[in-house]
Amino acid sequence: MEIIQQLVNGVSLGSIYALIALGYTMVYGIVKLINFAHGDVFMVGAFIGFYSITVFDLGFFPALLISMTACAVLGVLIERIAYKPLRNATRIAALITAIGVSLFIEYGTIFVRGAQPEAYPGNIIPAKSIEILGVKISTQSLLILGTSLFLMVLLQFIVHKTKIGKAMRAVSHDMDAARLMGINVNNTISATFAIGSALAGAAGVIFGVYYTKIEPLMGIIPGLKAFVAAVLGGIGIIPGAMAGGLLLGVIESLVSAAGFSLWRDGVAFVVLILILIFRPAGLFGKNIREKV
Amino acid sequence: MRKKKLTGILMSVLMTAGVMTGCSSESTGGGGDSKTIKIGANLELSGGVASYGQSIEEGIQLALDEINKKGIDGKKIELVKVDNKSEAAEATNGTIKLISQDKVAAVIGAATSTNTLAQVQIAQDNKVPLITPTGTNPTITMKDGKLNDYIFRTCFIDPFQGTVAANFASKDLNVKNAAVLIDSSSDYAKGLAAAFKESFESNGGKIVSEEAYVAKDTDFNAILTNIKSANPEFIFLPGYYEEVGLIIKQARALGITVPFMGGDGWDSPKLIEIAGADSLNNTFITNHYSSGDSDAKVQDFVKAFSEKYKGKAPDAFNALGYDTVYFLADAIDRAGSADPQEIQKALGETEGLSLVSGQLKLDENHDPVKSAVILEYKGGKQEFNTKVNP
Repeated sequence: MEIIQQLVNGVSLGSIYALIALGYTMVYGIVKLINFAHGDVFMVGAFIGFYSITVFDLGFFPALLISMTACAVLGVLIERIAYKPLRNATRIAALITAIGVSLFIEYGTIFVRGAQPEAYPGNIIPAKSIEILGVKISTQSLLILGTSLFLMVLLQFIVHKTKIGKAMRAVSHDMDAARLMGINVNNTISATFAIGSALAGAAGVIFGVYYTKIEPLMGIIPGLKAFVAAVLGGIGIIPGAMAGGLLLGVIESLVSAAGFSLWRDGVAFVVLILILIFRPAGLFGKNIREKV
Repeated sequence: MRKKKLTGILMSVLMTAGVMTGCSSESTGGGGDSKTIKIGANLELSGGVASYGQSIEEGIQLALDEINKKGIDGKKIELVKVDNKSEAAEATNGTIKLISQDKVAAVIGAATSTNTLAQVQIAQDNKVPLITPTGTNPTITMKDGKLNDYIFRTCFIDPFQGTVAANFASKDLNVKNAAVLIDSSSDYAKGLAAAFKESFESNGGKIVSEEAYVAKDTDFNAILTNIKSANPEFIFLPGYYEEVGLIIKQARALGITVPFMGGDGWDSPKLIEIAGADSLNNTFITNHYSSGDSDAKVQDFVKAFSEKYKGKAPDAFNALGYDTVYFLADAIDRAGSADPQEIQKALGETEGLSLVSGQLKLDENHDPVKSAVILEYKGGKQEFNTKVNP
């Protein structure tokens, strides 16, 4: 029974990673920028949700919507201020800027409200456990898994079936050609950041409800783990982020179950290294030969 | 990871700079002019364990208000505060600043053992007394059999807390097997756990499972599932409130109903917010003091405190912050001087000083010998259970 319980633990942990990884991978897929500030937008989302619930006395769904909207605006602002001037600069310049933005948001938040943690009130979503054959599954982790799956399908739909999605894919394929075809590249990229950041905001609120405790540096480790998950599944591929997140969660739980709980984070990054060595395109990625 | 490294480099640069300014100044310490005595406070005013530092500060302020009404030999005590942001490197920097720039006569150290240990060497090198109100790790005052002669504390030490918890588990709760869950990044948690294990096993108990986590983890389901399958009757969890709250919440959701017990690291109102009042039922802590104690000294303090802070009931951190100032003031009074070395001598000779958290007497390791209380959480409130004498 214990091993099944550990798998359940792994899936519920992994669905959090998947939820964050979705936004990560989508931004990378379109703009080819590893947005290190994603984990911090996630943190801001958690705090906006927290203040909506405690200060304005709102329920879970209004708080979720407010947080997603605010994060979408924040994402667009970050893109316009920090990344847009560097669109034609080297990839490494954009990457370093992303790290800078990440630090700015973290310590900006500490400056504004201090570093002390907050606790989400416990009564937002009733926490019940269902017991199946001696395995405890909490309803909240089912909710997270369900939300992640729903958002994955929604993202797939947006990217592959809508007009803005078509524009995104065109921009991702060739920015200049897309512009020549009359696609507004700036708006398309903004839309990408808006959607990706809204997802991060949603993940923040759900994380807060599930794990209760939030603090200004809470985005760092989940952000890095989600990055690993995205690379594991094949960065840029939306179902890959989902699969990578779940797989990473299960791996971590099994490592802890085997009695090596202190090695858990280490193993996650070893997985990243192994994937980069043996299958750089990720589990779902295809190896595309670059034409010279 | 990348950030840690960067901060590390920055810190080392800053520290070197700090040490150098320390060298260039003529004398260290001495504190204040003819009207005031300057003392420093290096506390966790923000960051992960901010609630400890803020509580200690409230206690310090109350004590200073009382003492400064009369002063010591006509001199007032002036407090210089630094915020160590709950980080060891910041704590080191803070003390360098207090000693070399502000020239304080003594430093009231950090709330946690880890942040206090980060200041010990600086205080020793500069010969300025450092008193930690709540740093309970034995190595703070005693390292490798050598006494850190400038370091003092107002609280009891970890082995005592661990032993009290083990005896309570064996004798009062009658448990035979226990699990231990340790924050392996904390000297404090490791110290308590070692003492607990030793006493519990010598009482005839058995440790059936030992698991570890590191501070800032958020998901404990995997290790808790391991503990659950070992079927302990009791779980010793000597961590800090942020993780403890999450662990207890997740444990109860996994169907672990046995009692949990920890030390003074649990003592924060945030614990109840994070874990939820229901999850905390059937949990115990060892602590320095209880506001439910009927002792007259305690009740006077509770009254004065709630007058100053709008009806708030003081916790152990408030009490120890308050006591630390009296401990220091008593020594300054007996030394009759604001010279750090004179104060150090007087601190070491403290005996029979009556404080809120019990009679204070130092043993040869500079460790106070005093009583502990056991508190139980019921419906989100701490209730006084028993008082244990050393």
